[in-house]
Amino acid sequence: MIIINGNNLLNLVQKESGQDIQACYYCHKCVVGCPVSKYMDIPPNAILRMIQYGEKEKILKSATIWLCTACETCGTRCPNNIDIAKVMDVLKQMAVKEGVKGKEKTIQIMHKAFLAGIEKRGRMHELSLIRDLKLRSGGLFKDIKLGIKMFQLGKFSIFPEKVRNVKEIKKIFKKIRSIE
Amino acid sequence: MKNIGVFICHCGINIAGTVDVKRLAEEVTEFDDVKMAIDYVYMCSDPGQNLIKEKIKEQELNKVIIACCSPSLHEVTFRNTVQSVGLNPYQCEIANIREQCSWVHADKQKATQKAKEIIAAVIEKIKLNESLSPIKVPVIKRALIIGGGVSGIHAALSIAYNGYEVVLVEREASIGGHMAELSETYLTQECSPCLLSSKIVEVQNHPLITILTNSEIEELDGYVGNFKVKIKTKATFVDQEKCDGCGICVEKCPVSIPWQSEEISGKTRAIYIPYPQTIGNKAVIDKKICKYFTEGCTKCKEACPKNAINFKQTDKIREEAVGSIIVATGYSLYPKEKLGEYGYGRYKDVIDGLQFERLISVWGQQNREIRRPSDGKIPREVVFIQCVGSRDPEHGVPYCSKICCMYVAKHAKLYKQAVPEGQAYIFYIDVRAGGKGYDEFVQNAIEEDGLYYIRGKVSKIFQENGKIIVWGVDTLAGRQIEIAADLVVLATAIIPSKGAKELANKLKISSDEYGFFSEVHPKLRPVESPTPGIYLAGCAQAPRDIPESVSHALGAASKVAGLFSEDLLSHEPIVVWVDEDLCKACGICVEVCPYKAREIDKWKKIAKVIEVLCQGCGACVTACPNSATQQRNLTSKQVFNMIDAAISIK
Repeated sequence: MIIINGNNLLNLVQKESGQDIQACYYCHKCVVGCPVSKYMDIPPNAILRMIQYGEKEKILKSATIWLCTACETCGTRCPNNIDIAKVMDVLKQMAVKEGVKGKEKTIQIMHKAFLAGIEKRGRMHELSLIRDLKLRSGGLFKDIKLGIKMFQLGKFSIFPEKVRNVKEIKKIFKKIRSIE
Repeated sequence: MKNIGVFICHCGINIAGTVDVKRLAEEVTEFDDVKMAIDYVYMCSDPGQNLIKEKIKEQELNKVIIACCSPSLHEVTFRNTVQSVGLNPYQCEIANIREQCSWVHADKQKATQKAKEIIAAVIEKIKLNESLSPIKVPVIKRALIIGGGVSGIHAALSIAYNGYEVVLVEREASIGGHMAELSETYLTQECSPCLLSSKIVEVQNHPLITILTNSEIEELDGYVGNFKVKIKTKATFVDQEKCDGCGICVEKCPVSIPWQSEEISGKTRAIYIPYPQTIGNKAVIDKKICKYFTEGCTKCKEACPKNAINFKQTDKIREEAVGSIIVATGYSLYPKEKLGEYGYGRYKDVIDGLQFERLISVWGQQNREIRRPSDGKIPREVVFIQCVGSRDPEHGVPYCSKICCMYVAKHAKLYKQAVPEGQAYIFYIDVRAGGKGYDEFVQNAIEEDGLYYIRGKVSKIFQENGKIIVWGVDTLAGRQIEIAADLVVLATAIIPSKGAKELANKLKISSDEYGFFSEVHPKLRPVESPTPGIYLAGCAQAPRDIPESVSHALGAASKVAGLFSEDLLSHEPIVVWVDEDLCKACGICVEVCPYKAREIDKWKKIAKVIEVLCQGCGACVTACPNSATQQRNLTSKQVFNMIDAAISIK
């Protein structure tokens, strides 16, 4: 049973995301259009409802916020113009900031590995990304067959490339950290 | 004598698809008495009507049968058509071969045969038809309006501005009705009593309107254009001429009414001044609770500086003659005793919508600061529950009360405006906000004022540590919910006004199974009661909000003005008549007549017919043991001939 006794989560998420979550009238259109909703433990519209109810812990521990690929199909179709992907972003940030150890840890590692690579070189290097991901999440040779196939098709190069001015990229990252 | 013309309509394929109209026309032509029969694609169209006119002249027809759709659709059309070429309209009859034949059958052969039988029967009827002309009766150009709420007030003004006299009867001590009890209106968010008071002043100052407050209908006699009404004016025990509304008497009165059981706004003592905003502002005494009548208390009488209190006043009966009546008796709320699961009556902080209106009203005792009834605390969490009783067959109210979705949104909005840091939760089954700007209003309340709309019902309400605990369900999230609230407001069902059933009996008008007065036709005649001259306005007919009540009342008023626009009224001449030689004045017809159209002539010792009241229903015809009563153009002979024709035709 949900026990409602006032909450600030709604105001906080509305402010951070700039989205009017109260406008939602639970038509489920976002759920039916979402390409990954069938893998989610809580459908996106229910996430909006839980924000209203202030069930922060449950939301931040859910797989849904990490499974969202931010494809924005939901936001495009929403009759009330709520950009749910943006809401999901805010929730992801909240989870990271509060150090919530939720589900779908691999996705979180993936995000971190991706950003680390960008910070280092300004450009993505698939092989390093996969290496970092696999080293941190375990199972280094798990997808090796797929890797070989992709390599044969020329999907990734062995040597990483860099942008000309990596210092600028690092500055951007520094600034973002200072804002956070 | 061959003088009958039969016109068969195809009605597109509605009839022609199932009935072989060509063959039918050929076969009907061969009947005795039929001079000609012809088919046409749409008889009701201009060319179709012209065809009828031409043939009447050309073939010298003097009786016409149109085989087409139901007479309720085009009988009037075709009667006017034949009248325009000089035939008596009652020499035109409809043979219904659409609703009663083509629409309900599939076999073309058999349907054609049935159509032929129907036409043959109508031929037998028309052969004995008399030429009739409408009955004319004079009309008293004066209207009676029962109920002085927003509907009654608007109807009264509209009729008075048309130049006719109006008698406005109100049961309570002041006109205004429920609208005067509201805080603000939805959509416009205007002060409801202020909005209404301008209209109340208009009614009170209009020279053609007589207002009778504290009055009820005792008896009704007569018929459209000539009603006689007995009106009882209850004693108020206060001389309304002398009273200046100073309110000293109210302060002295020892009988105070608990806030919760207050029936009408402003009624806080046994002597009270209803609705502070009404013009006049006079005190009245409620005899039921006044201590003078039990213990001889005379505190108010002693205190009154104008010596206006007179305990010797008695009820007065007056008679009024009117031509038309509008019933605008409004609504009541569902009885609270029956709502045990919501704790109504058990917990002081569970209130209904009208009580909440009083809580937030501009002149209410708590002055805009919302404070809950039990301990005067400002409520931080308020739960509103929609469909309390409504849409609930178990509570005997399967219908939707219609206005709750809107006023609950308004209530929650007003609450949030008064207590911005508070939270409002609304339990609903559906949000039915149909109307111009209605859904936008609700959606705006949700978005701007941050209301929580929870789709689901409440199962239990109980008290714990000074909080009202509400157990409900969120069906969209599929979960149970518990809310610790400070105040619970129930949107209780709208039911007919107290005494509506008794009034229906007195006026001889019908009401539906719930007690709302019935209209003649729900789509096309929504303001007329089945009794001619009696019209319906506002919530007396069905739950509706202010704009709808006003439109409905203006509709009824325009029907009255239409009725009064002529000096003589026309009445359908298909009525009954009495064969005086056969009548024994047994009085059975008087008992069975639902329209009070039959009475016994004591001198002649026969049963009479008051033709203007007779609706031609035929109840007395079948009840008469001597067959002394017969209906015009539908005599027993005609009916038996029709049956013979229908079963003998090959």
